[in-house]
Amino acid sequence: MNRSVAITGIGVVAPGGVGKKAFWDLLVSGRTATRTISFFDPSRFRSQVAAEVDFDPRRSGLSPREIRRLDRAAQFAVASARECMADSGLEFVQLDPHRTGVSVGSAVGGTTGLEREYLVLSDSGRLWEVDSDYVSPHLFDAFVPSSLAAEVAWTVGAEGPATVVSTGCTSGLDSVGYARDLIAEGTVDVMIAGAADTPISPIAVACFDAIKATTPRNDDPEHASRPFDRTRNGFVLAEGAAMFVLEELEHARARGAHVYGVIGGYATRCNAYHMTGLRPDGHEMAEAIRHSLDQARLDPSLVDYVNAHGSGTKQNDRHETAAFKETLGQHAYEVPISSIKSMVGHSLGAIGSIEIAACALAMENGVVPPTANLHEADPECDLDYVPNEAREHGVDAVLSVGSGFGGFQSAMVLTREETAR
Amino acid sequence: MTITLNDLVRVLTECAGADEDVALTAQKLDVPFTDLGYDSLALLETAALMKQRFGATLTDEDVTEIETPREFLDRVNHAAAQAA
Amino acid sequence: MTLATSAAQETPERTERPTAVITGIGVAAPNGLGTEQWWQATLSGASGIGPVVDYDASRYPSRLVGRIAGFDAAEHIPGRLLPQTDRVTRLALVAGAEALSDADADPAELAGQDGYGEYGCGVVTSNATGGFEFTHREIRKLWTQGPQQVSVYESFAWFYAVNTGQLSIRHKLRGPSGVLVSEQAGGLDAIGQSRRTLRQGVKLSLTGGMDSSLDPWGLVSHLASGRLSRSDDPATAYLPFDTRAAGQVPGEGGAMLVLEEETAARARGARVYGEIAGYAATFSPRPGSGRPPGLERAARLALADSGLPVEAVDVVFADAAGLPVADDEEAAALRSLFGPYGVPVTAPKTLTGRLYGGGAPLDVAAALLALRDGVIPPTAGIDRPVPEHRLDLVRGAPRDAPLRTALVLARGHGGFNAAVVVRSARAA
Repeated sequence: MNRSVAITGIGVVAPGGVGKKAFWDLLVSGRTATRTISFFDPSRFRSQVAAEVDFDPRRSGLSPREIRRLDRAAQFAVASARECMADSGLEFVQLDPHRTGVSVGSAVGGTTGLEREYLVLSDSGRLWEVDSDYVSPHLFDAFVPSSLAAEVAWTVGAEGPATVVSTGCTSGLDSVGYARDLIAEGTVDVMIAGAADTPISPIAVACFDAIKATTPRNDDPEHASRPFDRTRNGFVLAEGAAMFVLEELEHARARGAHVYGVIGGYATRCNAYHMTGLRPDGHEMAEAIRHSLDQARLDPSLVDYVNAHGSGTKQNDRHETAAFKETLGQHAYEVPISSIKSMVGHSLGAIGSIEIAACALAMENGVVPPTANLHEADPECDLDYVPNEAREHGVDAVLSVGSGFGGFQSAMVLTREETAR
Repeated sequence: MTITLNDLVRVLTECAGADEDVALTAQKLDVPFTDLGYDSLALLETAALMKQRFGATLTDEDVTEIETPREFLDRVNHAAAQAA
Repeated sequence: MTLATSAAQETPERTERPTAVITGIGVAAPNGLGTEQWWQATLSGASGIGPVVDYDASRYPSRLVGRIAGFDAAEHIPGRLLPQTDRVTRLALVAGAEALSDADADPAELAGQDGYGEYGCGVVTSNATGGFEFTHREIRKLWTQGPQQVSVYESFAWFYAVNTGQLSIRHKLRGPSGVLVSEQAGGLDAIGQSRRTLRQGVKLSLTGGMDSSLDPWGLVSHLASGRLSRSDDPATAYLPFDTRAAGQVPGEGGAMLVLEEETAARARGARVYGEIAGYAATFSPRPGSGRPPGLERAARLALADSGLPVEAVDVVFADAAGLPVADDEEAAALRSLFGPYGVPVTAPKTLTGRLYGGGAPLDVAAALLALRDGVIPPTAGIDRPVPEHRLDLVRGAPRDAPLRTALVLARGHGGFNAAVVVRSARAA
């Protein structure tokens, strides 16, 4: 690792309001964007709550052709890619296409479109041998999720490496980490990187129902996502996207770009334990955190804010609390820690990138977003989770973590430009 | 109708596969499922199939708290009796 | 590590970095389950392409697939894993175990040893279509019987990360790991990323790709690409670089490879097939942009990365789309790189169909065995090569040749390009 990598543009499509500004306003207000599922009738499902995005593709600048062609996840990715490009002040013509790449994280890609097409092809499940006469030309792009990266590459005119990173619920962190590595090693100078997922569809809701991972708190949807609270009983499914302009630091400086921060460190590990279960000690997550801090040459006591995975399942919140204690020591009890999933839910592969956006904006604004719905902490979660109200707090170094099915544990550290080597 | 150990073994095998090393027999009624190689997902899947086959609904708490085959049979038969 | 600071430089300074060698190969291919069976079939021209037999496909416009016949997962993997895995994950587990066994490496054991640490072994794979047949069954249950009938395993048997996750658990691979999807180019991206993790301190990384989605919903989804051949003749349905080229045949399978840092591999006495000497990926601009496609650039960047000149390449394993425009583009790239008839070119995937995330890793396996045996496997079925391509296509029969260096090319729908340079092992 050698070259420093800066974040110079942010684009967000999140529940509660589209765009970077609406997203940050929601987080600072401590309001929640979780509600009863409106995309389909959820009455037959155990968990009937989700954080949905009120997304109007036309208002987000998508052309009629893009609206027809693109699955919802791709629409989110393209809209947030355009916003991050505009935010960074990058005109497309200034980019060297060969030195610009794309990475998009997604856990389940075109699920929503696939399920919609399935119902047509199978006549609502009647046919096992589905009817090819009804095949849509857009089905293939929902079938193979790399279409997300292709659409973003076309949108921004990138001709460097492009790919989809699909490591389940850590995809959003790993996609940005992958992009960081490509810039740091010198393969490219600019990456348009982030993640998009739109899993609020019956099959996704049903599969999380089956393992009882999502909350059944259907009578109180606004307060259903309750990370670290004693009464938490599962996560709230969500959708969303965030994309960034990542730039080699000198490249950004040479054009006078605004730098939100630099990616000081990133690491990922596997627990090799269970596809959905976590060992309570959080050991592998701790290892990822330690490596990220080491890369950033950051003493743990200098972390000003921790953005937790904080999904609101019983096992996760204890797992990562243990990892914070193992890596940050006494400082774990002093540093503000929060989970924005309490407000925007858990958008699977997208949330890691949405959380990085929250971290960069926390540095920018000197404000730490709260953990909403936290009224009585689980005695085993005994750290400062910034309950319910945002807090003014200078942030020069931030740690964000993620944990996902398959055993993936990832961590990223953002620091100030001045600390970059 | 009582749900027997044989019923449980059949459903467990369907839901979570078989493993000859730790076959579930009457001698192992009190051996924890985890020691028999069945994890929480296996029990969730087994509970779901029990509901389909026998109409016996185990609550979330039941499934979380059950540790051994004997406990599973006690609770699922209790539930079946209530449903009947 | 040294610093390369200039943002403008076209190729980064080649800094001191570990050599990535391949020490194990595992294969699940339509024309052979297991490396040696597949390699013999590949050399003898035995095809794995045939009509769909698992269901009635007669109403579909395309009915040929590359299916692994007679695969009985229960013979290969523990019973406990069967209810929770799709066919694609079973194939990945079988090929992963074969690769590690071929490398004589047990990561659980290595992780305790000097130099490896707890996190010295990882896994990076590519997959483009997830656990599709499993999901087809579950989504059908959802819509015909209700949400309560959906399996608990659906939550992870479907997603694209499932093979990496299950391989990690099965072989205690706890180091940096990942999953990349770039349609049919993703398998090379996974190998490139696996090599990157070696530079970050990993000693052994299981890598490659696997795909399987040939159930009715899967096949119809492949059909939606508009690129499938409508022929019913297995011998001529997929004919890249032929004047009759008219589409592709989808297949299932792939290859898993054990990639190791060379010093560590030599220290434990591992047999080395060859080195992943270079890798690069590019993206082609949108058709109609007037800018050139990116395949040739990917090949040049991969060669630059390897430090080898174009002349060093002894054989090319082509992407071989089987679609006239795409074949023309690849032939033009090869002429531009090597000159007309400048290098032997082959496409053994004509015997398997296109395997999505698994296809390019299988080509890397073929390249490694070609280097080992000094023989280029043939491209099947090509009787009428497009004369304008001016390619030295190896067809009909294997060609003996001293081989040191192979170039493997792959493209994915949408514009993905990737290239890997495989070099035979240096003498220990």
